[in-house]
Amino acid sequence: MVLKAENISRRYFRKTGGANYFFAVRPMSLKIAPGEMTVLTGRSGSGKTTLLSMLSGLLAPSEGSVRIGDTDLYSLDDRTLSRLRSEKIGVVPQGRSAVDTLTVLENILLPAKLYRKPLPEKAASEWMERLGIAQLGEARPAELSGGELRRMAIVRALVQEPEVLFADEPTGDLDDENTRLVLSVLRDYAHDRKKAVFMVTHEDDALLYADRVYRMDGGQITAPAGQEE
Amino acid sequence: MKHFSLPVNNLIRKPGRTTVLALLTAFLALAVFGGSVVVLSLRSGLNSLEARLGADIILVPSQAQSKVSFQNMFLQGTTGAFYMDASVPEKALEVEGVEKAAPQTFLASLKADCCSIKIQVIGIDPERDFTVQPWITRSLTRDLGDMDVAVGCKVEADVGEIIRIYEQRCKVVARLEATGTGLDTAVYCDMNTMNTLLRAAEEKGVSHKIESGDQVISAVYVKVKDGYDIDAVNSRLNGHIRKVTAVRTRSMITGVSDSLAGVSRTVTVLIAAVWVLAFMILLLAFLLIIRERTREFAVLRLAGASRGMLSRMVLAESSLCGLLGGLIGVGLAALLLFPFAQLIESALNLPYLTPKPGTVLLLAAGTVLLSAAVAAFSSVIAAYRLSRVDPGAALREGN
Repeated sequence: MVLKAENISRRYFRKTGGANYFFAVRPMSLKIAPGEMTVLTGRSGSGKTTLLSMLSGLLAPSEGSVRIGDTDLYSLDDRTLSRLRSEKIGVVPQGRSAVDTLTVLENILLPAKLYRKPLPEKAASEWMERLGIAQLGEARPAELSGGELRRMAIVRALVQEPEVLFADEPTGDLDDENTRLVLSVLRDYAHDRKKAVFMVTHEDDALLYADRVYRMDGGQITAPAGQEE
Repeated sequence: MKHFSLPVNNLIRKPGRTTVLALLTAFLALAVFGGSVVVLSLRSGLNSLEARLGADIILVPSQAQSKVSFQNMFLQGTTGAFYMDASVPEKALEVEGVEKAAPQTFLASLKADCCSIKIQVIGIDPERDFTVQPWITRSLTRDLGDMDVAVGCKVEADVGEIIRIYEQRCKVVARLEATGTGLDTAVYCDMNTMNTLLRAAEEKGVSHKIESGDQVISAVYVKVKDGYDIDAVNSRLNGHIRKVTAVRTRSMITGVSDSLAGVSRTVTVLIAAVWVLAFMILLLAFLLIIRERTREFAVLRLAGASRGMLSRMVLAESSLCGLLGGLIGVGLAALLLFPFAQLIESALNLPYLTPKPGTVLLLAAGTVLLSAAVAAFSSVIAAYRLSRVDPGAALREGN
């Protein structure tokens, strides 16, 4: 299922020079195809996370539309959009993203729990095994290292088998070995299951795993030569 | 793994936060339930006193103690005795507008070897009495026999037990229902038994200032015929019978009623103050919790939770906290109020009758539900703000 963004932009109120607002993301169009791992790089503050939030249905663009298949995400009401995100979109956010009152396994099963769906425990245990956190199911997030928490967030996003998976700096807290592990898991997820993976990263190694690379600067996206849409 | 309830899970796994919020609500529930029970008990006591007095006018000897001490006999159960001619009821019936006139005779037993307990003994004429007899009939299906006594609920004597009053053996044949007044500490007998006790008391050197023969009475309870002005009949009685003072029962009740209104007002103001204070504190507590829980809600949002789900989760948590607090508050109030009802009664110096269990249960259920509703209401702003968390921004903060 293809995710398409058409002429999306995001403005914020800020008095700068003669204008009352600035563009965090300037108008752009983008397509994320199944079976591909797309990597977005760029300097801090270039608008990468804002773009990821808009593409993943978490932040409405000031202009433009984001479609997954035939569905315009931002024409949906919050309830329908939330359900669609839970079923078709996985997000690995930046930083620590755990509910402290739940165990690691409960955190991973959270999306299914919210909609009272059968808990995908088998899939959870397989992904946990693959990412090296199989023994941490009953642990509390407070007992985990930054790297373990990151892998927990990745498993949580993968376990629902989303059509599009967004990952914001998924290797931020990881050592080299685990960085390679996570990158290969994400690439394999895209290739083997024919899903789309969109990753924001500063990690140079990530480029080696990418099928498509975009660079972002000052809210504008550029594609390296030979990769323009 | 079983499905887990997120609100319940959050409450259980954050015991400190849950305890603080529940205790705040418990404070609220304690004030509401406790205050309401006290006010209801006072109202029940007043109603009971009115029913037990049951007369429009009471005639007492003019030389009897002041009206205040006469009231104290009914309200606090202090013992006392005063006597007048036994012909007063007949004289009262001669007065226009008097429908019934029932005599009662009072005798105070001694705290001495001759008496089992120091108590107020009240003699009634079952044929003429219309105030105490209906009350006795609820506990005793036959008339009081010779040397039979019916005891108020606070008298320490069981049915079948023999109590000694001025060396006379009296058999307890009934325990009467609670009235919440001084009448609960008295013992009731018929006039024959009373005369025997009066003679025995005299033999023990207790003077009764009897003026005419054996027959003495202490008070006459007067019922005024329908359509007659009670004040007018009261004046006629005062003019018609010498050495006797007619007192309107309402004047006795009015003092109690005024005190009750005062206590009710104070309790109501206190409850209102506690509610405002507790509501403000709860509101503040929930707003402070927003800061602590922003990341948690951002994660839930990322996991697919809708805004409505998040709002419902906050409201469910606060309602459960309120329910828990309500139960604790009601339980604490019950522990403080019911075992110490007598202490409260003597501290307030007002008739105090705990409401029926059904009423108390209803009040308790209402208080618990109200506590849950207030807790939920005070978390509405927090629920709204948490449901509008921008997950991306929230999770970036503090990294």
